[in-house]
Amino acid sequence: MTADVAAGSGGDVVGLSAEPISVAALAERVPPGSGAVATFEGRVRDTNEGRKVTRLHYDAYPAMADRVFADILRRTRRTHPVTAVRVLHRTGTLEVGETAVAIVVAAGHRDEAFAAASFVIEAVKAELPVWKREEYEDGSSRWLGGEPVEDDAREGAG
Amino acid sequence: MIAEAGLKVEVQLFGRYRELAEGASIALELPAGATVADLVGELHRRSPGRLPARPVVVVERRPAAYDVALEAGHEIALIPPVAGG
Repeated sequence: MTADVAAGSGGDVVGLSAEPISVAALAERVPPGSGAVATFEGRVRDTNEGRKVTRLHYDAYPAMADRVFADILRRTRRTHPVTAVRVLHRTGTLEVGETAVAIVVAAGHRDEAFAAASFVIEAVKAELPVWKREEYEDGSSRWLGGEPVEDDAREGAG
Repeated sequence: MIAEAGLKVEVQLFGRYRELAEGASIALELPAGATVADLVGELHRRSPGRLPARPVVVVERRPAAYDVALEAGHEIALIPPVAGG
């Protein structure tokens, strides 16, 4: 899979990326009315639930992700006065410390930028069809979320 | 065109559900007029104990209610709870 990035109005960008993500690059060239730019990065942590994590694998459903990203973008713009919304989520294998998700929200003022960035990451975690498998120091691995007893696509993990 | 006796569907698998089959999908033949509930019933018969009672089935890229009727050509997927971020 290659980077699947769709540029929209106002310099909006959403998509999955099979390549490493740079939040700094994502934050370049926002519209001139942007007095505030809030950025968020979710990175691979070296421990989870007491176990030593060595890497993560992200699986994704790209066609549905396109639909969900478009929904999130539309809702963000409807509910928050922002000048740009950019979201990239990695797929494939990531080492500890790598960026799994990057969000850039530009707005006129900081309160709007922070609020919209928070809205976007919560929506991504609850809705974007991606799944992570953690690999541990001892060579074992495990899918997160999707426990057989669960019955709710809207439930995120991690 | 001759009417098909059954409905052939291909179910894409994601996350932990990829382990239900060798490839990335399962091909099934269901009775004509089958619903999402019928599809899940068939998956339970094929993989007993490996799926929750009511897993999420995505039809045409949106989670589908269990009474939705499936049609030939529908894009269908079985997804675990999402775990991004």
